[in-house]
Amino acid sequence: MPEFKPRTIYVTYIAATPEKVWQALTSSEFTRKYFWDRDIELEPKLGGAFALKLPDGKVNVRGKVIAWDPPRKLSVTWQVEWPEEFRKLPECVVTYEIAQAGEAVRLTMTESHSWNVPEAILSGGRTGWPAILSSLKSLLETAKVPAIQMEPPREMIEAIKKL
Amino acid sequence: MSDKPKFVYVIYIASTPDKVFKALTDPKQSARYWFGYEVTSEWKVGAEFALAKDGRRWDTCKILEYDPPRRLSYSFHPEHDGLENEKPSRVAFDLEEINGQVKLIMTHDDFAEQSEVFPKIQTGWPSVLSSLKSLLETGKELPPFWRGDYDKK
Repeated sequence: MPEFKPRTIYVTYIAATPEKVWQALTSSEFTRKYFWDRDIELEPKLGGAFALKLPDGKVNVRGKVIAWDPPRKLSVTWQVEWPEEFRKLPECVVTYEIAQAGEAVRLTMTESHSWNVPEAILSGGRTGWPAILSSLKSLLETAKVPAIQMEPPREMIEAIKKL
Repeated sequence: MSDKPKFVYVIYIASTPDKVFKALTDPKQSARYWFGYEVTSEWKVGAEFALAKDGRRWDTCKILEYDPPRRLSYSFHPEHDGLENEKPSRVAFDLEEINGQVKLIMTHDDFAEQSEVFPKIQTGWPSVLSSLKSLLETGKELPPFWRGDYDKK
């Protein structure tokens, strides 16, 4: 496997238990609410299959589990399959780390890349992750999820066309 | 690509720009979400801005921009742990209303060369702003886990 370097890191602190945060990251009951209606499919083991699916069943992201340590660490490879023009993107790695911080939990999301990925393409994750993880925090703390509508940044779409 | 250190943190808060701006400038609320620190200032451009806790000032800064409820900016100059000799950096908060909630964008930049403050604020801001979000959404700040030395890692 090529070397993947961390390029985007997002940290949030959540008033919940590590187990609850793990559940929210790995089960569709939760992802549907905070991850723009996506279902998650995850074979609970190293090397297991991972996918995010849209409500119509289309695969949005596909990958493999490369770190599996509930409720502390989950790492998956991340190949975007939809929208179709995003398939040109080389796969990246997304890692979630959960740590106890006093009575709260620190959740760290790291997006790592194996190539010299332009800032314009990184803008996708840098725009999306704060919205996704803010919603996850709200869901666990308030049981409500405010909807944040969002499209991929224009600069990202333009940069992908040039790949 | 610029190599100048810059830390941007974005967080969405189910609240209004007025309430978020108020929380950023209200010592009573900051004492709750900023783990005991009170933000004190006369809140006008050029006024002093300080973070105070237990009767001691930990940072003395200056208000650079004050445009409620859209933008707040202050210089940032820690006065503890040997950081007082470093030149002040700059903090800016931008508030946007989006889908009935607030997108809060915190940008911290203009650091000294080889800044010792820069690595510390990267662990500090996510905890402070996560706690601010909790306070505004649930009425309760996060339980204390941060001691004010930023880098308890």
